[in-house]
Amino acid sequence: MSKLGDWLEQRLPIAGFLRKNLKEYYVHSSINFWYAMGAIAFVMLAVQVISGIFLLMYYVPTTEQAFSSIQYMMREIPYGWLIRYLHVVGASFFFIAIYLHMFRALLYGSYKNPREFLWMSGVVIYILMIAIAYTGYVLPWGQMSYWATRVIISFLTVIPYVGDGLAQWLQGDFVVSSVTLSRFFAFHIVAFPLVIFLFIGIHIVALHVVGSNNPEGVTVNAHKKPAKNLRKKVIPFYPYVISKDLFVVFVALALFLGVVFYAPTFYGFFLEHINQVPANPMVTPSHIHPVWYLSPFYAILRAVPDKLLGVIFMFLSLVILFFLPWLDKSPVKSMRYKGRLSRGSLCVFILSVIMLGYYGMVPATDTHLFWTRIFTVLYFGHFVLMPIYTRIETCKQPPELN
Amino acid sequence: MVVKSKSRRQFLKFIVSSLSAVGALFAFWPFVKSMQPGKKAQSTSSPIAVDIKGLLPNQKIAVTWQGMPIYIIKRTENQIAELEKKEPYPRDPDSLYSKQPQNSSNDFRSLNKDIFVVVAICTHLGCSPTYKPEQASVDKDWAGGFFCACHGSKFDLAGRVYKQVPAPTNLMVPPYYFPNKDTIVIGADKAGDERYV
Ligand code: HEM
Ligand code: FES
Repeated sequence: MSKLGDWLEQRLPIAGFLRKNLKEYYVHSSINFWYAMGAIAFVMLAVQVISGIFLLMYYVPTTEQAFSSIQYMMREIPYGWLIRYLHVVGASFFFIAIYLHMFRALLYGSYKNPREFLWMSGVVIYILMIAIAYTGYVLPWGQMSYWATRVIISFLTVIPYVGDGLAQWLQGDFVVSSVTLSRFFAFHIVAFPLVIFLFIGIHIVALHVVGSNNPEGVTVNAHKKPAKNLRKKVIPFYPYVISKDLFVVFVALALFLGVVFYAPTFYGFFLEHINQVPANPMVTPSHIHPVWYLSPFYAILRAVPDKLLGVIFMFLSLVILFFLPWLDKSPVKSMRYKGRLSRGSLCVFILSVIMLGYYGMVPATDTHLFWTRIFTVLYFGHFVLMPIYTRIETCKQPPELN
Repeated sequence: MVVKSKSRRQFLKFIVSSLSAVGALFAFWPFVKSMQPGKKAQSTSSPIAVDIKGLLPNQKIAVTWQGMPIYIIKRTENQIAELEKKEPYPRDPDSLYSKQPQNSSNDFRSLNKDIFVVVAICTHLGCSPTYKPEQASVDKDWAGGFFCACHGSKFDLAGRVYKQVPAPTNLMVPPYYFPNKDTIVIGADKAGDERYV
């Protein structure tokens, strides 16, 4: 290495750090497409940060100007429309990547020992993403922004005695107002992103401590150079995995830009039509619903015909994810080697998430409510029954590394 | 200083960490307090006067008080009779668990039988219910009332919530009075009443 390089390396060992974590980080070669989702999430995070900074240059967080400042940016600023659509579509793509990323963990048992902490750090990131998405959704101050804020702050009022006071404290006024908008702005652009960066750091450190899982569920020492006979099965992250990741990232970026250029609102799924109307505190839109990625939780809220219990079940549906590592009693990790019951339950679970997502977006008629309740039961059933069905089913013998 | 005894060291550790924790809590307090509604937010709550001369039965006037939408409606003779029957039984028929001023604690939840004033904020999660005075306009048994489309809560023409819907209590009735026949003041019980300011 050059003299300058050596000099720097002795004072700040970047090259050594990268070598340890990329070239000398070993994974199983069965790692597949699903393992590129983490990389995509990183790219989407960068897209959000960069487009967000440029949005900030024109956005004004007051009730008078929020809506019009965004319209102005989209119509009058060169490429303003592009910057805004990158951010809006980016949010949805971020969630798509994360949902696939989480599904991968369910599929291959990546939450199981020794990756419980890694999984839980992921759940924290997911909750923070929801918080960021929600506070960001408020900023354009359209009809949906306003009413979603009203409804979600009202969740606090279910808390006995202190609930009302807590809601007023959070919104900083007797009703959702300009005060609420500017503090949500502070949360969205500073507070929550700082915390999420911290947790993403923790996530990656935790990953590199225990090493990546794989579809076969075999245990690989991530930090030890494999013996000669294993060199085809255990490969270093750089250059093998990273080139695969890059390929998937480019395909995902192409899809992403395709949507940004040709269908930026994605038929009202990524940017709702009703939110193109400025907020009006006097009129609730006849049908309010959240963006697709939060819709399943909203469906669960509506499924329960009691205010307090509805909010409790909605939060439980998130919190239960933390306990997953201890609910799964199976001796094997990957679905490839688990029994029929686990596979069936995972299918039913995915179906119920999708169906809850659908029912959260359509009006709450009696038939819709009936099905929403069925799928809510199935959603929780997957977790609550897990200690039973993972114990009684027969699994296949997973391979050993040799 | 060299601390020799182990228990002494432990005691010092305990004191330093617990006092720091208490200090951190105190340091947090101003930030927490700063998020509370300020003076400006509170000053918008003074009473407002509304002219109701032209208000006909089955009509609604919508105004804002304390940033909240307020509906002023006029009920017909039939609707008043319907309310007296208290049927089909609402969840809180006598408004024991709901918010209304003392002088509106009656079957109509209002000062006069015909004029009804209500805060148009659903007690479920804060949407604005729509005023649906016509019979059967929400479902076939609908006797007129307020319907919240967000999660389907139903209220009668006195703002009382029906059973089997997510809203737990009746719509809130604000304090108000009539300085004369054609005017209504919202936000106070009587002239000069500053309690709610
Ligand atoms: C900003 C969001 C996130 C980023 C940037 C991120 C990044 C990553 C990366 C780069 C990896 C290694 C590559 C891979 O396995 O895909 C990984 C692994 C993992 N992540 Fe995430 N992640 C995020 C959110 C989440 C969430 C929300 C969860 C779950 C609730 C989660 C759970 C996991 C698990 C269990 C692994 C280990 C997978 C295995 O080794 O099989 N992550 N993450
Ligand atoms: S807010 Fe009215 S029913 Fe939920």
